[in-house]
Amino acid sequence: MTIFGVPTQALFGQLLIGLINGAFYALLSLGLSVIFGLLNIINFTHGAQYMMGAFAAYFLLNWAGLGYWWALLVAPVAVAITGIALERTTLKRLYQLDHLYGLLLTFGFALIIQGLFRHQYGSSGLPYAMPAELAGGRNLGFMFLPNYRAWVIVFSLAVCLTTWYVIERTRLGSYLRAATENPSLVQAFGINVPRMITLTYGFGVGLAALAGVLAAPIYQVNPLMGADLIIVVFAVVVIGGLGSIMGSIVTGFGLGVVEGFTKVFYPEASNTVIFVIMAVVLLLRPAGLFGRAS
Amino acid sequence: MTIARIVALLAVLSLGASPALAQISDGVVKIGVLNDQSSLYADLAGQGSVVAARMAVEDFGAAAKGLKVEVVFADHQNKADVGSQIARQWYDAEKVDMIMDVPNSGVALAINQITRDKGKAFIVSSAATSDLTGKACSPHTIHWTYDTWALANGTGTAVVKTGGDTWFFITADYAFGHALERDVEAVVLKNGGKVLGKVRHPLNTQDFSSFLLQAQASKAKVIGLANAGGDTTNAIKQGAEFGIVKGGQSFAGLLVFLTDVHALGLEKAQGLTFTETFYWDMNDKTRAFAKRFAERNRQIHPTMIHAGVYAGTLHYLKAVEALKSDDGAKVIAKMKEMPTDDPLFGKGTIRADGRKIHPAYLVEVKKPSESKYPWDYYKIRATIPAEQAFRPLDQGGCELVKK
Repeated sequence: MTIFGVPTQALFGQLLIGLINGAFYALLSLGLSVIFGLLNIINFTHGAQYMMGAFAAYFLLNWAGLGYWWALLVAPVAVAITGIALERTTLKRLYQLDHLYGLLLTFGFALIIQGLFRHQYGSSGLPYAMPAELAGGRNLGFMFLPNYRAWVIVFSLAVCLTTWYVIERTRLGSYLRAATENPSLVQAFGINVPRMITLTYGFGVGLAALAGVLAAPIYQVNPLMGADLIIVVFAVVVIGGLGSIMGSIVTGFGLGVVEGFTKVFYPEASNTVIFVIMAVVLLLRPAGLFGRAS
Repeated sequence: MTIARIVALLAVLSLGASPALAQISDGVVKIGVLNDQSSLYADLAGQGSVVAARMAVEDFGAAAKGLKVEVVFADHQNKADVGSQIARQWYDAEKVDMIMDVPNSGVALAINQITRDKGKAFIVSSAATSDLTGKACSPHTIHWTYDTWALANGTGTAVVKTGGDTWFFITADYAFGHALERDVEAVVLKNGGKVLGKVRHPLNTQDFSSFLLQAQASKAKVIGLANAGGDTTNAIKQGAEFGIVKGGQSFAGLLVFLTDVHALGLEKAQGLTFTETFYWDMNDKTRAFAKRFAERNRQIHPTMIHAGVYAGTLHYLKAVEALKSDDGAKVIAKMKEMPTDDPLFGKGTIRADGRKIHPAYLVEVKKPSESKYPWDYYKIRATIPAEQAFRPLDQGGCELVKK
């Protein structure tokens, strides 16, 4: 059986591949959404922080001898700390101003960080080996599924859903959401709002770094890996609705699948299809698919 | 000292001094290295090409010969419009006499035309498309290092002859990828092979899994990678993950550079076979060059692109010196007329269509256990003699070739 000349078996394979790439989009756009939803900052440094996560994994392995599993734990924390330093020293001065200032500042930081890494490590990237436990793969009949990709999809789904649960369903999450709506009132209840905001930024950055560690064994650890991805991820966030947690997760996975199918039917358009969808969504639903019009 | 004697002295001085520089526009030979300084081709060309050009100027001894030479550079970001704008500004406003390098065939074809319109000179080291000495050939352009025909002829023939007779192409979707795919396909078909399918991906793609699945499904014995730089390394790295080689298929990296092998690591790159026209560890001269070069380029050893920039700049300066002029068309004509001789490519010639002729090498990437010192990456499997390495003069369709 074939659909438009492509065997259905091949399509199953592409569906799965799309979901895997969607897992990265979801994880990255989730971090962006959390930061935007709670800090009102459009964090353009996100791509650079994703890249720093991958580099942190590389450094941990080569300098400290800590392998992939440690990197999964340590790298996000380390990158989050740099993010917190950034927030404390610069970003916190911008909360009262227009979005544009935050965007420009974080964009500038992204360029500086990428430039420094490129200067030091070149543009062709550094090798990072697959963890031995996840090497190899299995034949599903319709495709060969590498174990590592299966792990990426399961792990990132778990992280995404946990984050959603914490923010939407727990007491901590309700504080966070309340602090966005009315910071002075929440502060009056004795909650340290500035600290909460700082930690939230750190958490969002940590998510980006986590995605970077996940990406390291698949892609080259490359100073430009974030720059290539961040624009697509922004499109994902816009389509999902800025600040909507569930929106980011669902659109992340969904657009991964759409992009995957484009690679079969019209590969030349595979890096533009997401922007076409973005344009259409903005025309029909300016607040995004899951966004609430304010 | 009388006024008359002073005037006479000045006249003699000016007579003695001026002829040497009479034809050098504004007294300075200005070389513009235009390439990718920041993206996927920045390690294989990038700053390394600037270093190579500067080394050529120093080794030529320009200063001692009374020739003022200046090297400038810019980043074209792999965009033809950005590259064209820089080239126009260089030629019109900044008195650049020759543009060098220019990776990305799309950008190079644009610069080729602009250089011709402005009457300047263009020496290509990075760009691969064989059209630069074929239907787009120009009396203002020399194509130095390699081209898609040479790669196809070297790698394609070797792979088909060792049993790789069914192919699937993963091709970068722009002028370079198309030219390379076309030239390799011709070689495959000529040697009795078959092409089972092809897929074209946008330049600078991160994830190749979709394309790899399609290649796997085609059941072709050989997956030809008609791309370069980061695209090639990502495809090979992810191919290992999807068990391409374990499944009995093999990759033919149609354009792989030393820096790509370094980035992949020998564990993943071992056994890859491809065509190069220069390897740093061939003889004492190339090793000496590599040592000096690496010291100035973050220890990155020279790729064939860097070698081509060095040798091309050197030969250009020799022609400028011989002519005492930096007029674009005249210098290019002189370069074609003079035999070439440099420490990296040895003795060679430049044909009427602008093609520089030298041997090519079929190299194989060493196993990790065979590599004895840093950057010890290649075994030379075969040498393709200069007269067979490039497309025969009469087959390119270049208008400069007399029928």
